[in-house]
Amino acid sequence: MAVRIVSDNCIGCGICVDNCPFGAVMLEGGMAVLGETCTGCGACHSFCPNEAIEIEKEIVTQSDSGQYHGVWVYVEIKNGKPLDVALELLSEGRKLANQLQTDLSGVVLGHGVEGVTAEVFAYGADRSYIADAPELAVYRTEPYTDVMVDLINEYKPEIVLFGATNNGRDFSARIAVRVQTGLTADCTGLAIDPDSGLLLQTRPAFGGNIMATIYTEHHRPQMATVRPKVMKKAEPDYMCKGELVRHQVQCSEERIRTKVAEVVESALKIINLEEADVIVAGGRGLGKREGLKLLEELAETLGGAVAVSRPLVDEGWVPHHQQVGQTGKTVGPKLYIACGISGAIQHVAGIQGSDVIVAINKDPDAPIFEMATVGIVGDLYEVLPVLTSRLKDLAEKAV
Amino acid sequence: MASMNIVVCIKQVPDTTEVRIDPQTNTLIREGVPSIVNPFDKHALEAALALRDRLGGTVTAITMGPPMAKLALWEAIAMGADKVVLLSDRAFAGADTLATGYTLAMGIRKLGPCDLIICGKQAIDGDTAQVGPGIAEHLNIPQITCVRSIGSVDNGVLAAERQLESGFERVTVQLPALLTVERTLNMPRYASMQGTMRAIEEDIPVWSAEDIGANPVKLGLAGSPTQVRRVFAPERRQGGQVFTGAPEDTVPAAVEKLRELKVI
Repeated sequence: MAVRIVSDNCIGCGICVDNCPFGAVMLEGGMAVLGETCTGCGACHSFCPNEAIEIEKEIVTQSDSGQYHGVWVYVEIKNGKPLDVALELLSEGRKLANQLQTDLSGVVLGHGVEGVTAEVFAYGADRSYIADAPELAVYRTEPYTDVMVDLINEYKPEIVLFGATNNGRDFSARIAVRVQTGLTADCTGLAIDPDSGLLLQTRPAFGGNIMATIYTEHHRPQMATVRPKVMKKAEPDYMCKGELVRHQVQCSEERIRTKVAEVVESALKIINLEEADVIVAGGRGLGKREGLKLLEELAETLGGAVAVSRPLVDEGWVPHHQQVGQTGKTVGPKLYIACGISGAIQHVAGIQGSDVIVAINKDPDAPIFEMATVGIVGDLYEVLPVLTSRLKDLAEKAV
Repeated sequence: MASMNIVVCIKQVPDTTEVRIDPQTNTLIREGVPSIVNPFDKHALEAALALRDRLGGTVTAITMGPPMAKLALWEAIAMGADKVVLLSDRAFAGADTLATGYTLAMGIRKLGPCDLIICGKQAIDGDTAQVGPGIAEHLNIPQITCVRSIGSVDNGVLAAERQLESGFERVTVQLPALLTVERTLNMPRYASMQGTMRAIEEDIPVWSAEDIGANPVKLGLAGSPTQVRRVFAPERRQGGQVFTGAPEDTVPAAVEKLRELKVI
């Protein structure tokens, strides 16, 4: 890593001089020069208003990018089946691999999971890596990290994608540290830069107020997580076949420092919001807890699920797993009905992928109306009963 | 376990409800945006304080940031943290999650042996949820992320419930370990009068890159594999038809529209 002054761009403003933590930058003849105490920290680079300071990063030889080929998707398994997010990522990964003219592989970890490979190939993978061992039967950070790192070091993929599930986020961050590479969280867009072939990873930041496009230039693999429902699933083709690579797993139970005593599926009838086709959501405008009843009635009529924005979780009315938005879930239903939700950016960030958004709000100036497909201005306590009964009537007529 | 030394990692973040982007220049408008302690981290601190109150021991709050981040540490003292330390150095600037995890891990190492590290699940400005696991990996200790409940601490083994998408799991972990916590875990306490008085008097120690023995190549911008190419305002959905009037009129009209769109 070295810092270099681009003499053509330097205007001699001296901002770098003031901001150098090591007193290593001086002005000579109206231009910045670096002294011997420069540590190459790059602080000056971040302050320079004129792009006159370049950082040349030391390219880690281990990540000599030319040795890394292929796009990988981590295929998370639940109850013996791949999660939808994995299939979404395989579909997206196929496009990236085509652009790079390389292979797509699905990586499966677990015990007795070989059956899922048909699905992996159906969604476009050329190859499936399978690591099968009793120690991997239930997800745990340590063995999953160990095995994934082994695979990466052995087969050297240039891109690895993970679903941003609790487990995906849990071990991808450790993998990134162990292989010393970048990991971009919760991407909403992935693309290949046609000039450099780099993976361009676009994600929201600052609560969805801004979008940032991020890339990893000198380290491999380039890694990203993507939330469920952000990418679209392709049509599966079950005639597709691929290559199966069985990876020998080396892990011993004694060395694993966590034990999972029990996995408890919630006793409540939880409809996984990320998989719901219809969502009826309530926000601060509900005003009182009783309002949830109206949401439930409407949701029941439509065969949908109830969600909320953050204020209602903060009030303790509704558990966190029903929260939609930046700090909750990202959803992509066919129909999203937002009741008493003003449309704060944090909430909107989680519903952008909905096909149709209906907004019910008594404030005609609520920002939610600027993005809703259909808006109803009115008090939700008056509108919802009418809406529910109207839909019930229609349903009866249809029978 | 007799008593526990617990380290809590906190982050000072801009209140993201206040951050906007200038559509002309595509830069962040930071002016007038208040800084707060990342809400998740207050739950982490509460968890640590509750464990200390139950089992004895000490709670140390650590943060990495500019000198202004001392404010977050004062708040931690006011809530009841025994000790705080700020990692601050120009060399830390521009760090992504990899470099941040390394820096905090080096700071924690310098604090001396600890039994437990607790972090918020994620910070509301970046929402990456990567720094907690990153610290654990740098220190080679096990982790439980998304903790929704903390149970017994027995013979160097901690029991917890970990939130899953459709339920939870009961997990045990050997200490030392790192936890990242959900906001449903607890209700953070308010600052106490006594704590506030202490905070006023506290002179917060500041450690530089050299103090924590960090390798300069692994810090800040230099130690960050990811780079930001472009920052821009998010694309907005276009609004559609808005119906105003009595529900008896607006509802049928809206329903008709939804039928046209074939979603009902």
